[in-house]
Amino acid sequence: MSDNASNKTSEKVPEKSADTSNQYWQANLRLMYVLLAIWFFVSFVCGILIVDYLDQFRFFGFKLGFWFSHQGSILFFILLIFIYTWRMNLLDKRYGVDEGE
Amino acid sequence: MDISATHLTYIFVGLSFSLYIGIAIWSRSTSTSEFYVAGGHVHPIANGAATAADWMSAASFLSMAGIIAFEGAAGARYLMGWTGGYVLLALCLAPYLRKFAKFTVPDFVGERYYSQAARLVAVVCVIFISFTYVSGQMRGVGLVFSRFLEVDINTGVIVGMTIVFFYAVMGGMKGITYTQVAQYCVLIFAYLVPAIFMSLMLTNNPFPMFGLGSTMVGEEVYLLDKLDGLTTELGMSAFTDTNKSTIDMFFITAALMAGTAGLPHVIVRFFTVPKVRDARISAGYALIFISLLYLTAPAVAAFARINIINSVDGMTYVDAPEWFTKWETSGLLAWLDKNNDGVVQYRGGNALQPTKPAFGPGREDLGQRALENLPTANENELYIDRDIIVLAHPEIAQLPNWVIALVAAGGLAAALSTAAGLLLVISTAISHDLLKKTFRPNITERQELLYARLAAAVAIGIAGLFGIYPPGFVAEVVAFAFGLAAASFFPVILLGIFSKRMNKEAAIAGMLTGLIFTFSYIVYFKFISPGSNNPEHWWFGISPEGIGTLGMIFNFVVSFVVMSVTPPPPQAVQDLIENIRVPK
Repeated sequence: MSDNASNKTSEKVPEKSADTSNQYWQANLRLMYVLLAIWFFVSFVCGILIVDYLDQFRFFGFKLGFWFSHQGSILFFILLIFIYTWRMNLLDKRYGVDEGE
Repeated sequence: MDISATHLTYIFVGLSFSLYIGIAIWSRSTSTSEFYVAGGHVHPIANGAATAADWMSAASFLSMAGIIAFEGAAGARYLMGWTGGYVLLALCLAPYLRKFAKFTVPDFVGERYYSQAARLVAVVCVIFISFTYVSGQMRGVGLVFSRFLEVDINTGVIVGMTIVFFYAVMGGMKGITYTQVAQYCVLIFAYLVPAIFMSLMLTNNPFPMFGLGSTMVGEEVYLLDKLDGLTTELGMSAFTDTNKSTIDMFFITAALMAGTAGLPHVIVRFFTVPKVRDARISAGYALIFISLLYLTAPAVAAFARINIINSVDGMTYVDAPEWFTKWETSGLLAWLDKNNDGVVQYRGGNALQPTKPAFGPGREDLGQRALENLPTANENELYIDRDIIVLAHPEIAQLPNWVIALVAAGGLAAALSTAAGLLLVISTAISHDLLKKTFRPNITERQELLYARLAAAVAIGIAGLFGIYPPGFVAEVVAFAFGLAAASFFPVILLGIFSKRMNKEAAIAGMLTGLIFTFSYIVYFKFISPGSNNPEHWWFGISPEGIGTLGMIFNFVVSFVVMSVTPPPPQAVQDLIENIRVPK
């Protein structure tokens, strides 16, 4: 659902033109929007807006809403940053804008 | 043989300070680039650890678990707010600012908005935000020194300032970065060790973050359920219930997140790594390092709350343990024997009126300090300052003396590392943005470096004064730092990267709107009319802590309106934006 670019990493875009750099930017934005939507969902939605509803479910010794607001959201945040880094590095390579070694 | 906690604290603090000074000597700065951004050579993992130490201040180390211990579920606004900002940093700001490759946040504002006026507004914000923040660190330093080393608070502040002076003025960003890496190790070790002890004692689980979700030792009941039971039994609100309105939680969390992403001393850390992709991953490492403390904090809070209730409620005052009377002497704990039975009753509600203890001269019959406060109608007899929880819980749980000493060294590491990062940002804003880029463009690099060191020295002096003569409103003004960063820098930097249409007029109008609105709201409720500082009078029920979010929304709206009726930025600036959007 995010960018279809990095699914085919072997396929390199040869030249850096205004068009490809625009495609690169659009793919970057799509990735960012998807990840930010998850960011918003795990913190503001699960941790604040529907926390009372989620509290009726249990997750180990936690009420689920309490877990999201005190621990779960933070674990998701870490995951999101690493997914972003991984996908962006692939995008950089695919569009030939990576910085090399 | 037992060595006293005080002696051990001297040894631990002395050892950690020698380590910081050693690193400072090893990593002196010789150029402005090294002084401002450590030459841009910092490994992303080292930068992650330095960012974590820079970020986690006395507030994270000393205060946060205490706030959660007493507020329960509502404390989550700090847990989410102070970590979620790193997602915004990694995805929206850090890589692009690294590509921009300059020294400061006002640098970005000044060049992106082709305006010295915008740069100056940014400089004023940077200095105001950073000084606000630094004064809070000094309180932490004073607290640790006075309680554990039993020296005068002033002496403590002066010792702390001397250490920071040494490595910030000599080493600049390079010295600070490597010292912060060491400080991170000290502070995280100091935070985790007592937490692990407590987790083992209460739940048999060596991982505090999992211990929080485990069952109590020797019982079938989950720790959190047990705590909910204990708290409601005593007429307090249940630990896992939120006692804040949803809208306020939402706005405060958002303000803390956007504020984190907009805080200059955090942003500047991402100028120190070699590459754009290092800036991305470095934010991830930083968050892992931070989360080690943040995932543990709610566990420490719950453990401490259980231990306090169990050890204090129903205790006769004459048998009170040493920690109880020591903190009472420090004035951060007070007992008012409402029913004259000599037994401490710990219940819901405030024990005293006004809430904070006002001690009179001398002692009462049983030896407790005399209070001038009136008793409240409820049965609670105990006042406990939230800031003492982390420092006191190793003693409350009767952990070995070396653990207590370790916590003191950790608290100092947290406060000093943040203070150094902030002081550097202040000195850079003065030597680079005010002098080199605005008033004295002809100075050489050597002169600029000298001015940077001078500015750092003066800033340390002022911060030290804040520590010795703390303005009575230190706690209140922390809301300022985040609110203002959220309402001013965050929108301006974000739009500067993601909108090519965003221009000088919109940036200045937006920043001023966000600043003035947020500033006025906080000043009104905190200083002009503190009596009306309650949900009835707040706009939409938003507290001053969360108002930065509304200021940020106003900033965005004003920016969009102004940019749609004014000319787009010049071609050179549009090219600059194109340029920072790609790593190469």
